[in-house]
Amino acid sequence: MNTLQMAVADGLTITKRNALKIKRAPDMLGGVVLLPIVLVLLFAYVFGSMIELPGLSYTEYLLPGIFVMTITTSAQITGYTLTLDLQKGVFDRFRTLPMSPSAVLTGQTFSDLITNVTSIVTMALVGLLVGWRIHTSPLEAALGFLVLLLFAYAFSWVTATVALALRTPEVFNNVATIVSLPLIFLSNAFVDSARLPGPLKVVAEWSPISTLIQGTRELFGNTSPAMPVPGAWPLQHAVAASILWSLVLLVVFVPLATRLYKRAVSQ
Amino acid sequence: MVALDGMELAVPEGTVFGLLGPNGAGKTTTVRILTTLLKPDAGHARVAGLDVVRDAHRLRAHIGASGQYAAVDDHLTGAENLEMVGRLYHLGIKRAKQRARELLERFDLTEAADRPVQGYSGGMRRRLDLAGALVVNPPVLFLDEPTTGLDPRARASLWDVIAELVTTGTTVLLTTQYMEEADRLADRIGVVDHGHVIALGTADELKDQVGGDRIELSVTSATDLETARRTLAPLAVGDMQIDATALRVTVPVTSGAAALTTALGHLAAERITVRDAGLRRPTLDDVFLTLTGREADEKTQETVR
Repeated sequence: MNTLQMAVADGLTITKRNALKIKRAPDMLGGVVLLPIVLVLLFAYVFGSMIELPGLSYTEYLLPGIFVMTITTSAQITGYTLTLDLQKGVFDRFRTLPMSPSAVLTGQTFSDLITNVTSIVTMALVGLLVGWRIHTSPLEAALGFLVLLLFAYAFSWVTATVALALRTPEVFNNVATIVSLPLIFLSNAFVDSARLPGPLKVVAEWSPISTLIQGTRELFGNTSPAMPVPGAWPLQHAVAASILWSLVLLVVFVPLATRLYKRAVSQ
Repeated sequence: MVALDGMELAVPEGTVFGLLGPNGAGKTTTVRILTTLLKPDAGHARVAGLDVVRDAHRLRAHIGASGQYAAVDDHLTGAENLEMVGRLYHLGIKRAKQRARELLERFDLTEAADRPVQGYSGGMRRRLDLAGALVVNPPVLFLDEPTTGLDPRARASLWDVIAELVTTGTTVLLTTQYMEEADRLADRIGVVDHGHVIALGTADELKDQVGGDRIELSVTSATDLETARRTLAPLAVGDMQIDATALRVTVPVTSGAAALTTALGHLAAERITVRDAGLRRPTLDDVFLTLTGREADEKTQETVR
């Protein structure tokens, strides 16, 4: 077996392990999709009845934001699993085996992809129930989901990096909650970022989260000609910018997470 | 911080070497270096003819390691845990499955094979972890405190498993805090303290080195304790230990049962009431106390988790 074959085979073995863990402890995944579901219902029925958008129902405006929020909350599984494994000595066992050293992180991020597919499909079904619809061609819709998953995969590496830097499950969970909520609320997920006050508007419009949400809205056709796209460059070219953001995150965080992993396990 | 300082040891093929010492003595660090988990700052080591740093990746195919934290996945079943290890040794899916079943059978885990490890007892977990170390029948096996934290029955049953294992010619490096464990399993024992070996030999050699047997007796008052100390001093072949709170005196002797009779006779002559008396073989504490002049369980600083 050459190095690449070994990396792939071992990566898949670890993916299977993590997938089994998610299957055996579904409460974790449940907890992660529960918050977005509650938010969909609350926002769609409580705010949805009050907020009037020109030429678009609030539910349709909301769902792309919810998809992206699901990605950031699912990421908590990544960090939690990694920090827990780090504490329990599982990585020590792995490191005495003649396996590919990259397999732990590729396996982890692949299994995160499975989690993300599950939670995005769940959210899409909930969305359809409350009146969300796709208005574009199947090809564009498929591209919409692909762009979401690509970003989700890149975001897993970001989370892995943070988790490996923080190392304990409790600290990671606290930090993840404190960071992920403002990340979502300081974007165009729930409100039109154009109407935010000065500095917040700048932050929201340049946030990669807003870019991804805008890109998803365009690919699913959840937009309205009466709601002009803000002038910030990433929002003007949202689909391309979302893909670009994902690639940048991968280029920066794959090597960073790998380095931190090596450091974390060799102590 | 220096965890190992001039640690030197050689283990002949097919024998069991016990590394005995208190927490923080450098046992785990030694194992982590020999199993390629940690790079030494200086010095070198070879396992199965391979250098632990330069040939690290190749070496991993020849060793098995079972740690003090049983490295098994709670949510996976016993079979799945072993199968995963087999696949990471690149046995192929079919062979990995088959090997997992063989090992579960051998470690008496067949019944629990398809249950998540979450519900296993401490002893079952350790057996599973040990099975994980044996997936490829490695010629060299590292057991880092394999029974720490187990109840006496689980410990005894794990000892049987390990003892059986070594009859098949595997070379084993075992670390332990228990003299009894080293005694039971190891051909030779190295006592470690502050990162180097301070004594080396078979269990009996080490015990003889610290002086045969121990008479341990307790009295009813502090005055009696002082009298007992004075009366028994001529029998002692080494330093006596006096525990003023427990009113207990420990006397190293050579002649065992005869010495105990003599001691009791002397104390009776002095009209001292003996509350409790007994004879025992030296423990790790005694070996330690004799070799280093301090108690083994005195908390020395742990340098590696």
